Amino acid sequence: MSVDLNMNVLIVDDYKTMLRIIRNLLKQLGFQNIEEASDGSQALKMLKSGKYGLVISDWNMEPMTGLQLLREVRNDENLKKLPFIMVTAESKSENVIAAKEAGVSNYIVKPFNAETLKGKLVSVLGEF
Amino acid sequence: MASRAVDKDLDQRLEALAQDSDGRVRIADIKEVVHALMDTLRGDVTATELRAYRELEGLVHYIEQARQDIASLRPDEIQSDYIPKATDELDAIVSATEQATNDILDAAEQIETMAEEHPEMGDRLMEVTTRIYEASNFQDITGQRVNKVVNMLKHIEQKVGDLARTFGLELEEAAEPQGEAAEAPATAPDDERPDADLLNGPQQEGTAKNQAEIDALLASFD
Repeated sequence: MSVDLNMNVLIVDDYKTMLRIIRNLLKQLGFQNIEEASDGSQALKMLKSGKYGLVISDWNMEPMTGLQLLREVRNDENLKKLPFIMVTAESKSENVIAAKEAGVSNYIVKPFNAETLKGKLVSVLGEF
Repeated sequence: MASRAVDKDLDQRLEALAQDSDGRVRIADIKEVVHALMDTLRGDVTATELRAYRELEGLVHYIEQARQDIASLRPDEIQSDYIPKATDELDAIVSATEQATNDILDAAEQIETMAEEHPEMGDRLMEVTTRIYEASNFQDITGQRVNKVVNMLKHIEQKVGDLARTFGLELEEAAEPQGEAAEAPATAPDDERPDADLLNGPQQEGTAKNQAEIDALLASFD
């Protein structure tokens, strides 16, 4: 089954420039509906009030970090199966392990390229 | 030889220091105690006591010299002037690179529109814009690295204040002492986020895990 490119994708980052870059790369891959949040708490509100097929989140944000958001998502009965990709500059093993234990679907370290992003999307969502 | 009464007085001073100092003793207090200890050695002294006396005298001189050296560094200027200016300069770098990156992204988005208008060049133009988007990642990393430096400067500021206080120098805006840290933190000292201890920011090349290593680590969970 191919990926529904019309699904709502939520990208979460406190750097507007980074949101713009990820949005543009996703558009190039064919995704049509991309929404943005600037931290975990705003993202959580959006996730609870809308229908999303994927979250791509930074880690280091205030007041709610990406890891906190991930834990909230996994603890929510309606959201717990939502694909969640962390895109972050945090590249220590302890970070990757903490994210994996919290239930991250995949992990991209910044700076990344379009091929890496596409590869992770395929591994999480399937071919498209 | 020193009398027991003087020894008792010295004991009381040390006891008072231990109770009032909360684990941190001011150099000025140490100096005072050393002087008091030297006083106990007056009168008939043995060769050993004389050596001890000279050592203590040297220690007093060393403490006074260190205090003067630190005062001449003008720690108040480091706190009030140099560090705030350095952080302002770093903030300006982030602002300028962010503005430049957004200008570059504006141009790339225009090229993307041109790709739609000129399908014969579409793939090539899309490739070019993808490269631009990928390269623009640097802005995020630059911002995070600069924030790490700002936090390190704040840490240095705090340590300078601690050092100045230890040597009895007055700093009007000195920060409260904090515990020792083996490594300057990447986050502000007052960061209360529950995973603040995991926030290290970008690592140096060679230290950082690359994508392949992260993939291998993730795969080890399967």
